[in-house]
Amino acid sequence: MLRIVFHRLLQTIVVVFVLVSFTFVAVRLVPGNPFVSDKALPEHLQESVYKSFGLNGTWGEQYVIWWRNVLTKGDFGPSTSLFGRSVNEIIVQSFPTSLLLGLVAMTIALLIGIPSGVLAALRKNSMIDYGSMIFAMAGICIPGFVLGPLLQLWVARNTTFFNVAGWESPADILLPAITLGVGVAAYVARLTRGGMLDILSQDFIRTARAKGVPTFTILRRHALRPALLPTVTFLGPAFAAIITGSFVVETIFMVPGMGQHFVTAVTSQDYFLLQAIVLFYGLLIGGANFLVDVAQAAMNPRLRDAN
Amino acid sequence: MRIAKALPTLLFALLIGSCDNRSSVEQANEEGIFVVGNSNEPKGLDPHLVSGVLESNIIGALFEGLAVQDPIKDGDALPGAAASWSSNVDFTVWAFKLQPEGKWSDGVPVTAHDFVFSYQRLLHPELPAKYSEMLYFIKGAEDYNKGKNPDPNSIGARAIDDHTLEITLRGPIPFLPEITKHYTWYPVPRHKVLEFGEIATPFTDWTDPGNMVSNGPFQLKSWRLTHHIEVERNPYYWDAKTVSLNGIRFLPIGNPYTESRMFLDGQLHMTYTLPPEMIPYAQEHIPNMLRQEAYVGVRFIRCNTLRKPLDSPLVRRALAISIDQASLIDNVLQGGQLPATGITPPFGDYKPPAVVTYNPEEARQLLAEAGFPDGKGFPELKLLTNDKDSARRNAEAFQAMWKDNLNINIRIEQREWTTYLELQYTSDYDLADNGWIGDYLDPTTFLEMWSEGNGNNNTNWSSKEYEAKLHLAENTADPAERLRILAEGESILLKDIPVIPIFWYTTNYLLRPEVKGWSPLLLNNHPLKFVRLEATAEQP
Repeated sequence: MLRIVFHRLLQTIVVVFVLVSFTFVAVRLVPGNPFVSDKALPEHLQESVYKSFGLNGTWGEQYVIWWRNVLTKGDFGPSTSLFGRSVNEIIVQSFPTSLLLGLVAMTIALLIGIPSGVLAALRKNSMIDYGSMIFAMAGICIPGFVLGPLLQLWVARNTTFFNVAGWESPADILLPAITLGVGVAAYVARLTRGGMLDILSQDFIRTARAKGVPTFTILRRHALRPALLPTVTFLGPAFAAIITGSFVVETIFMVPGMGQHFVTAVTSQDYFLLQAIVLFYGLLIGGANFLVDVAQAAMNPRLRDAN
Repeated sequence: MRIAKALPTLLFALLIGSCDNRSSVEQANEEGIFVVGNSNEPKGLDPHLVSGVLESNIIGALFEGLAVQDPIKDGDALPGAAASWSSNVDFTVWAFKLQPEGKWSDGVPVTAHDFVFSYQRLLHPELPAKYSEMLYFIKGAEDYNKGKNPDPNSIGARAIDDHTLEITLRGPIPFLPEITKHYTWYPVPRHKVLEFGEIATPFTDWTDPGNMVSNGPFQLKSWRLTHHIEVERNPYYWDAKTVSLNGIRFLPIGNPYTESRMFLDGQLHMTYTLPPEMIPYAQEHIPNMLRQEAYVGVRFIRCNTLRKPLDSPLVRRALAISIDQASLIDNVLQGGQLPATGITPPFGDYKPPAVVTYNPEEARQLLAEAGFPDGKGFPELKLLTNDKDSARRNAEAFQAMWKDNLNINIRIEQREWTTYLELQYTSDYDLADNGWIGDYLDPTTFLEMWSEGNGNNNTNWSSKEYEAKLHLAENTADPAERLRILAEGESILLKDIPVIPIFWYTTNYLLRPEVKGWSPLLLNNHPLKFVRLEATAEQP
């Protein structure tokens, strides 16, 4: 087990390192520069701006200095698009918001997804099954930039409880979380249904039924855990995706999270911010996948014994 | 299971937290807070380092220049940081008497030395200020800024005493107080700037909440990235009795549709903009809240005059007069814009030459004269635009008009903002769709940029004759004569037509009826100290 953990950790580190290095080069290859704006910067000042951000050296020098600062001081450098802000400050301000939104969205996804998946499997080919699978298909197909505005128009405009957008009252978290969570709920429902159908047709379930164990107990004690394995595999990357991929939802609902910075860092060519967010997200996704591997080993006796 | 148990508690907390039935603006009305949409997160709040409209909205609340914009009348200057001013006969030397009670928001007096320091800072050859050109009106400013004269005291800005600022100009400028309303002319607090760095150290923490002091009607209260910036009353402001608002909340709402929905839901007093497709809705349902006002800005298409066949003025003119501006405005933009017959929009006493008008027949003739009868043999040109949907819609309209009227093919090339700008700065384009907003109410804000070597020209066009007119105007003290010379200059520009004027801007936005003291202004530089909130019964 320890060997697997060590092996996977090493893999994650290598992947993230390659990812950040690739980003470092790619963002510098894009035409344009971080300081270009609709008012021309006088030529004699170009150099002094580059110098003030430490961007006047060769790419190699910049690369080494950046990694040195990150590894020794935990300093990701200054933002080139938000004057006077450090990248650390931006991440510290925005990540907790994205994390909170992600957690609530995930909770909503699981609360909707797992029960409807289980119900659909239990009442296979019934109206419940078709109903929840149509819902799941719709959840997968409707993108956030459609669902978000619809929720704003149908729900927020017609109630005083919800605001259209903003991040002021605790209720403001619900609509963006639902928008983010519905798509994941849909996947979870389909995966749970599939897993459940597979498990329910197995011999050990039939044995339990033959012994007269009530359906609910069979579900809870025997079926649910193995049936959720595909879902768990999906959850790690899905959680990372919810946190990292919430740009659309953050923009529509004006959520001060990190997804906005990720995209604006690309469009404004904010070198340091982009490198840091890619590093951060890389670690997050790598970490999530790593945890899923460990959780799977813990949940699946076959996998555990094989190792 | 634990989550299921915690859920009712969570829902209860949400209910308690949100049980106020009043909308956000109703609460804000009671608190005297003006809540406005402000497009995006500002790049910064240092008046010397930013160059955007959304930054200037916040800076205008925090700082005050020598003169202040009149809340109703365009071009009128009220006393600001300066209580009075006077000039010599030919408008080349100006003396500004500062407010005796003028103070920074920490109580430190605002002196003429702060102004001199500010101008030396903005012009410092090492400060990466994009807008240092705005001070080139001052004698010696350009030479110091470009490093030709290393002595900061060579700049024609001098403190006669603590409360008298003398400015010597490079030529006569009868409208100098008008220019000092622009944020590049605002003072920055010398004592705070130097506390966090040297005079030319950019991007220091002096503009952070807690550090920043300002001399305007408001001071910075709080700033959370991509969430809000809030300003509150400056207790030391010399004219605090005029200020009615207790504060202003600027929300960086990047999505204009979200912004409109927030307005309709009662979360905002004012939007930054209104998407064209929402204008008919607003006209029908909330006509009393829709604002459509003239704005000194021009949309134009740059021609790269080094590229064939755009090196021919005949071709450029054919392209210009084959665009049906009125149709574009009525069918695509829908915002009440005006067809641009020249580059400089009409304002004040300036009579812009009306040279560009839609005439497809003449356009076809010109194109034939240039060697492309019925568009035959005309190469496929690329039209560069930014990545906004609105830019794409405009570009498609131009493409169709050129195809219909001239039978030529234009390919649309959409690029991300930074790439789009860089391609123009490096002259790597054929045609580029673009806009320019005036900084002050004088034609030079639209005409200077087309002189040779100006960083914003980018057309590779230049004309000695044109620059001679600009130079002559710069040295003419008589205001009417000066404007006449500038109009002649603009005629030269439009005859050669390196830029194709499309339309003159309007601002389209939503404003709630309880906001008073807000009148249409051409520069959209509303002096916020005169704005009041008076509750009314009307709801969107």
